[in-house]
Amino acid sequence: MAISDTGSRRMRRAAPRIPFGGWPEAGRATGRAAISAGWWCASLGLLVGFWELAWAVGWANPILLPPPHIFLADLTDQFRYFDPTGGRAGAMGEGGSVWSVLGVVGWTTMRVTVGLVLGFVLSLFVGVAIRYFDVVGKLTLPLVTILAPISPVAWIPVAVFLFGIGNAPAIFLVFVAIFFVMTLSTLTQIDQVPKEYIQLARTVGASKRQIYRHVILPAILPGLFVTLRMNLFAAWMVVLIAEAVGVGSGLGQVTMMARNTFNASLVFFTMTLIGLTGFLFDKAFGLIQRKVLWWVGPSNVGGL
Amino acid sequence: MSPGAPPEVECTRLSKGFDGGVEVLREIDLRIEAGRTTAFVGPSGCGKSTLLRLIAGLERPSSGAVEIGGRPPAETLRRAGLAVAFQDPSLLPWRTVRGNVELALKLARRRPRPRAVEDLIALVGLSGFGDARPAALSGGMRQRAAIARAMVTEPGLLLLDEPFGAVDELTRRQLAQDLPRLWEARETTAILVTHSIHEAVMLSDRVVVFSSRPARIVADVRIDLPRPRPAGTTADPHFLALSDRVSAALAKGMGDRADGLAAQ
Ligand SMILES: Nc1ncnc2c1ncn2[C@@H]1O[C@H](COP(=O)(O)OP(=O)(O)O)[C@@H](O)[C@H]1O
Ligand SMILES: [Mg+2]
Repeated sequence: MAISDTGSRRMRRAAPRIPFGGWPEAGRATGRAAISAGWWCASLGLLVGFWELAWAVGWANPILLPPPHIFLADLTDQFRYFDPTGGRAGAMGEGGSVWSVLGVVGWTTMRVTVGLVLGFVLSLFVGVAIRYFDVVGKLTLPLVTILAPISPVAWIPVAVFLFGIGNAPAIFLVFVAIFFVMTLSTLTQIDQVPKEYIQLARTVGASKRQIYRHVILPAILPGLFVTLRMNLFAAWMVVLIAEAVGVGSGLGQVTMMARNTFNASLVFFTMTLIGLTGFLFDKAFGLIQRKVLWWVGPSNVGGL
Repeated sequence: MSPGAPPEVECTRLSKGFDGGVEVLREIDLRIEAGRTTAFVGPSGCGKSTLLRLIAGLERPSSGAVEIGGRPPAETLRRAGLAVAFQDPSLLPWRTVRGNVELALKLARRRPRPRAVEDLIALVGLSGFGDARPAALSGGMRQRAAIARAMVTEPGLLLLDEPFGAVDELTRRQLAQDLPRLWEARETTAILVTHSIHEAVMLSDRVVVFSSRPARIVADVRIDLPRPRPAGTTADPHFLALSDRVSAALAKGMGDRADGLAAQ
């Protein structure tokens, strides 16, 4: 149980003490983590193994499909293609470092994060307003429903017309990728709040505003976080496309440059980076989710 | 009417049906005096909860009317103060036991009363669990927290729907001793739905017995046992006589399904 309130701690303290009772529990936890890590390695090893094998027997052309031992061989050489400012616009720089790579990853992560935060907050506002104010609902809901199925890719020209080149269009596209779906999810979540919660509040005389603030808002948060998390990958896909066409920096731009220069090693190196970053991003999100939604049991948080 | 002054409740020719033709209540005429405790007993599914929800203004009558202090529920309740403990405790999972009780005060726009909150939590036997999340409590503990939440606003009208259903026998007896003292001290109008004839007779001034669906009143038994009623009251011949009357009325109202209730 991932509980952080003092009450549960007090209850745990009240439980009968078994000497060293804590240890087998902790040991089991690290044991589980080790086993899980083992399967991760095995799973990745499977891919790497096949790939290396295909190279060794000559099926995989090392120019087009260089296996990991080739594209991970000369890291400093790979690093030179990474420029956080995007100033070199695809040209090879003088001497990149780990920091320039982290800078590029950082810019992309920043665009995703800002887009997600904006999308989450605004969709929450709009969703709640649609249900709270009848007129807003009637005016906005048809619009949201019509715009929701439009792919973020179709919004790329709009993003560029509106914001030109730079961070803004990329952030806008991430925002678009989640805003409509999150707004609709907010509505579903509001409609699914157990009616007993609302009726109990109403019987003691709570106002509509109080009910929204103290009952509906906390009740819908867990569901919204699950939806947001399911849409994380969409946000990552969109930001890479946006960077490739409209920003001129970031992981998407490096990938596009690598493609244009037939640098297969760089393509796979960047893909590795994207995979790793996305994975860590999802993990970090999971931590925040558990922190904010302390009352939701681990099995109900969704995903890992 | 001053805030919290106990109102009288009057149902006139009150009927309720649901979509699909389920007739739950048929022409109920019932006057519940202010400041008294009334128990509703009747077979499971006969419509007791529905009647309670109608009184709380959470359902609309199909015909007839509910009046509280001479007015429709919605108008009066905010001023008189209403509190409900449903069968299902419905505690907010993101609030601790204390947080749930405190929120009731806040939503009723009362001043925070930390002392009263702690006292009530202790009274329902949850001292030490004020900081616990509802998910960490047993069903009976949750029901007791819901009772504390209902009582904290000092309502004029208190509606309790099988509030002890999941509470263990011993705690239930203790609560049956402690809670009425609290609402009688303030002369709350209390309506208690229960399956237990024993509980109904022990706790209330009057027991209303309903027939199976559609519910009609088959008996209205005045419980003239003196208060306070110590645990020994259960051996009192008058107590036993009253219980027998309620029990006989229940059996009559259920027709040949009387053994169904005995199992409850
Ligand atoms: N919202 C509803 N829609 C349809 N039928 C309902 C609804 N609520 C209750 N009922 C029906 O009304 C009857 C009485 O229910 P209820 O008042 O909960 O009984 P009790 O509390 O006496 O056990 C039951 O048969 C139940 O199925
Ligand atoms: Mg019921």
